[in-house]
Amino acid sequence: MCGIAGYHGAGLHPQEADALLKAMSCAIAHRGPDEAGIHVGEQVGLAHRRLAIVGLADGQQPMATADGRLRITFNGEIFNYIELRQELESRGHRFRTKSDTEVILHLYSELGPDCLGKLNGDFAFAIHDAHHARLFLARDRMGVRPLYHTWHRGRFHFASEIKALLTVPGVEARLDLLALDQIFTLWAPIPPRTAFEGICELPPAHWMIVENGAAHVQRYWDLNFSEIDHARPQDQLEEETRSLLEDATRIRLRADVQVGTYLSGGLDSSIIAALAKRMAPAGLSSFGVTFSNAAFDESGFQNEMVDALGTVHHTVDCDTDEIASVFPQVIRHAELPILRTGPAPLYRLSSLVRSKGIKAVLSGEGADEVFAGYDIFREARIRRFCARQPGSQLRPHLFRRIYPYLANLKRQTPDYLAAYFGITTDHLDDPLYSHRPRLRSTAGTKLFFSKALRKELSDYSAADELAATLPDAFRGWHPLHQAQYLETRFLLPGYILSSQGDRMAMAHGIETRFPFLDHRLVEQAARVPANTKLKGLREKHLLREAMRSTIPERIAERPKQPYRAPEADAFTANARDYVETAFQRTALEETGIFDVEKSTRLYKKSRLSNFTGFRDNAAFVGILSTQLWSQQFARQFRRTDETLAVRV
Amino acid sequence: MPQQINADIRAFVVDNFLFGDESEAPADDASLIESDIVDSTGILEMVSFLEEHFLVEVADPEIVPENFDTIARLTAFVAGKRNAKAAAGT
Repeated sequence: MCGIAGYHGAGLHPQEADALLKAMSCAIAHRGPDEAGIHVGEQVGLAHRRLAIVGLADGQQPMATADGRLRITFNGEIFNYIELRQELESRGHRFRTKSDTEVILHLYSELGPDCLGKLNGDFAFAIHDAHHARLFLARDRMGVRPLYHTWHRGRFHFASEIKALLTVPGVEARLDLLALDQIFTLWAPIPPRTAFEGICELPPAHWMIVENGAAHVQRYWDLNFSEIDHARPQDQLEEETRSLLEDATRIRLRADVQVGTYLSGGLDSSIIAALAKRMAPAGLSSFGVTFSNAAFDESGFQNEMVDALGTVHHTVDCDTDEIASVFPQVIRHAELPILRTGPAPLYRLSSLVRSKGIKAVLSGEGADEVFAGYDIFREARIRRFCARQPGSQLRPHLFRRIYPYLANLKRQTPDYLAAYFGITTDHLDDPLYSHRPRLRSTAGTKLFFSKALRKELSDYSAADELAATLPDAFRGWHPLHQAQYLETRFLLPGYILSSQGDRMAMAHGIETRFPFLDHRLVEQAARVPANTKLKGLREKHLLREAMRSTIPERIAERPKQPYRAPEADAFTANARDYVETAFQRTALEETGIFDVEKSTRLYKKSRLSNFTGFRDNAAFVGILSTQLWSQQFARQFRRTDETLAVRV
Repeated sequence: MPQQINADIRAFVVDNFLFGDESEAPADDASLIESDIVDSTGILEMVSFLEEHFLVEVADPEIVPENFDTIARLTAFVAGKRNAKAAAGT
């Protein structure tokens, strides 16, 4: 819910401050269509756009404590605010509103930064302490809610989305070239870097204090796989999982408005929908994407769940034309180049939710990270199995089993399967071992970088930088836990929860809630032995067993179907002016990021060839989205050999 | 003949996988997979090219690195196929 923005520092007249805050607020008006508020104080300004979900009548922001010392602008939800409020009241705190916002203020006044350990929720907020002339900012553990910041002329500015920071006079939109390299290798920038040079994100699970013109940033939580509990029997683990997931769902249904649920037909969203239906006797609206292409469509499973649960189900069909029609808006909201079209159907889905009068939805996102559901986890296990007998002609056939939807693998011989998955070349003690094939194939897209860009990037390695950020304990963890950490710490907040999550939902003022990302559940699952989560090649084993009685057998036993959408063919099936423009020589020369000859050849190949592999698809979407990003945010900035300036 | 086969295969690799970038062209004995030039789709593109351009048939069991992983091996594979075809025809 909501959008926040503000500044800290001197030099603005009250009228200038008022105008700046209004401009920043307007840029993110889509995040909070219900109300808007600003506060201008001594060397501080706070702005808030409200999507009213809890405390409808008295939750206006920015909100201050009774003595006026602390003032907050807050985006998100504290799901355990009722329990926290009771605790605070028992210690003498008196509340003036029914909102969760006021709970944060009281908790912070008592505990300072340590208050974050008490919060169970998705949040990004800033609290100004007038006594100490200090601004405290924080972001939730998993990175559900966004928070960006930049310094300009000695003043600190922050906002839920970067487009608000671009309204600050003098702040320019310039592509961060290392971020581009990271996106074209890892799918997302490594925090705190963003696609915008000089604009940072506050990483998930971090807080920040700004005072006296300087900032101090600190991590307050991390995923920890060092304390595995091998003694606990499986039935206890199942009971604990079931109980935590039920409670995580229960508190995420807290709202003064109706909460709906996403329902793809997969295991995770089906579990959440089933739990929510049981807890919402008045009825539950569910929402799903369908595809006309059977390779991506899950409507059969969706309908089975709808029949079983009796939800009021709404669907939006996404064929190639629909994806192409919204893609420029998707990039405008995502605020970074992307290599996949996956966000586009979710942009359309949140529009559908809004049209039905729903403001908040539950989502099954996060289960694949927390309970080991992704194919890449199974792939890494098979790769290690094959590496023990590199010449085996039988073991590589297992790759076909985990990728039945990849037609290209069907004709491949075992030798080639082994070669594609790096059986003989990848080092087993590489901390990024689980992700090496994906990193390699993704980085292949950099073939299309212009010569000038490649020269500037020189031998920079995004993968090496990623490896350097890993905690000391990482090397001692089980290989599955290493892979889970990489997915959960980086791709989840950097892509899934942002480009596919918050940004697509908030484009239409929809708040998404993720029971699987309740920190109690995440911490419990991290203590579960690896083989209990991924049993052989059976993904999410513990979750399936724990929730078996909740959903129909056919859904409970469904193999994982990754969420996919049409890629390059979404843009080449029918001619689109903006796509042709993006790949025109003049446009490519103007941005200077991509090799003109190769990019135009790729465009031609994508239109004419029957073969578009992973690299070419990703490169096509990456080039198109980067060109759109440049047009929308940085058109005036022309890059040449002389102007390329990478800060490595 | 092998020189022409080699030149045609090299031209296809540069044109189709490297999008015209001669500077990235692999040596004759460089692995196309380890150089990240072809992936699982790329191999099928190569099979399609060999069948259509050189009029040879490629059976699934022949799609192995011994035949496909370098330009030199591809050249030898096609030359062998053509020789066998010529011998069968005489």
